[in-house]
Amino acid sequence: MVTYRIERRSGVAAYQQIVRQTKQALRLGQLAPGDKLPSAAEVVAATAINPNTVLKAYRELESEGLVEARQGVGTFVRRSLAQPGAAADSPLRDGLRAWMAAARAADLGREDVAALLTAALDESFPRAADARLPGAGTHRTHEHD
Amino acid sequence: MSTTSGAAGAPPAGSDPPALEARGLGIRNRDGWALRSCDFRVPRGAVAGLVGPNGDGKSSLLAVAAGLRAPTEGTLRVLGHRPGTSPVLPRVALLLQDRPLHAAFTVAETLRYGREMNPAWDDATARSVVAGADVPLRAKVGHLSGGQRTCVALALALGKRPDVLLLDEPMADLDPLRRHAMMAALMTVNAEHGTTVVMSSHILAELDLVCDYVLLLAHGRMLVADDVEFVQAAHTLVTHTLDGQDPPGSGAAYGRRTGAAEGDPGGSLPDELLGHTVVEARTTGRQLTAMIQLPTSLDGAGAAEPPTLEEILLAYLRNPEAPPLLAPADEPAAGATARPLLPRGQDAESDR
Repeated sequence: MVTYRIERRSGVAAYQQIVRQTKQALRLGQLAPGDKLPSAAEVVAATAINPNTVLKAYRELESEGLVEARQGVGTFVRRSLAQPGAAADSPLRDGLRAWMAAARAADLGREDVAALLTAALDESFPRAADARLPGAGTHRTHEHD
Repeated sequence: MSTTSGAAGAPPAGSDPPALEARGLGIRNRDGWALRSCDFRVPRGAVAGLVGPNGDGKSSLLAVAAGLRAPTEGTLRVLGHRPGTSPVLPRVALLLQDRPLHAAFTVAETLRYGREMNPAWDDATARSVVAGADVPLRAKVGHLSGGQRTCVALALALGKRPDVLLLDEPMADLDPLRRHAMMAALMTVNAEHGTTVVMSSHILAELDLVCDYVLLLAHGRMLVADDVEFVQAAHTLVTHTLDGQDPPGSGAAYGRRTGAAEGDPGGSLPDELLGHTVVEARTTGRQLTAMIQLPTSLDGAGAAEPPTLEEILLAYLRNPEAPPLLAPADEPAAGATARPLLPRGQDAESDR
């Protein structure tokens, strides 16, 4: 089960935050096929956001084939986004942990590390031309990442 | 889409009358008209924010909807019935701004009173609201803080298990923790039972992420009454750099001026904005910022971006002459403002 955290001042639409956090959990293997997503009532009881926001996020995840809604039962994961290399015990994760320890030893702060990571990420995995943040493009288009 | 709250598994609105529907509604208070010639509706299952300046008729409107007073002119229907009549009385709960409760009762006695007065009483919900707000059951109501009283009053309203919940400034005296707990409780009943919630507030930020429908009441007029998603999709914030020959420095030159829709071509508005419905336009130096209805790309505009709900509502509040944006009724009353036909976002299709 995932727990959603909604940041109210992030500038990212709340439903989009739920979509992203679900995908993150699917990538990290915290959610696997067959797992049940929290019901809209459970999410709003914890976050105090409008239930339609949750339903909209689940509809988007469903349209991407990642989850499916079963009438009267709930919403379930259909497909994982986990890559074998990203598993909790993979050498890549170990390497990253070691790198983080080195960065901390070098007295780098969270923001320094984030800046380095973003730069390295952009260098090795250039962004697609249209992968802009919501709001940068035409009106009310939905970002699909 | 927001209107039929699929979470509740409620039947689609279809033939059901809306939660609230006003036709030519007018409410006159001692010091003048609080509201006049007002047409709007709130669909069932919506969480509607009723916003506007203090003293501009929000409480009067809620009192009429609860049947506590009659409208001066026109009609307001609640679930298709006259407010305060026996078909709707058990289905509507009201949280008044002064939270009237029996001061001599304990919290537990207040809840028992609620149970005895309401055949459909939902004790679990009422008790969880009180517990979630950290209000002791044995305390006398008269000794509670304002915020605690609000929570007990809200527990009574929710325990009634109403179809329509009318809340006058429900969050005004709550600390952040209780506010979160109360909002969570409201969103949960909306998700589980499809309860329509109409809550007034003069704090626009409170509505963020909570409301899916918005009613903006200012200066005796309903300026906006529609889905939040639609309202956001129907406005664009345009920034425009003024031509050099225009005399700069006159900061208020474009303030409080509307565009073509009001029959005023906006003599001093730049050509690019003519023909658009301008809610509000302001200048700072050579920069003109305009809130316009319709998501349009304007040639010559410096930038056009989707505004936040708060920005949109502020633009209307600053310009009481703004052309209203009201969701159409099935049979629009004569003189009702026609809504522009807009392409809706992929998720904004409506069954109205």
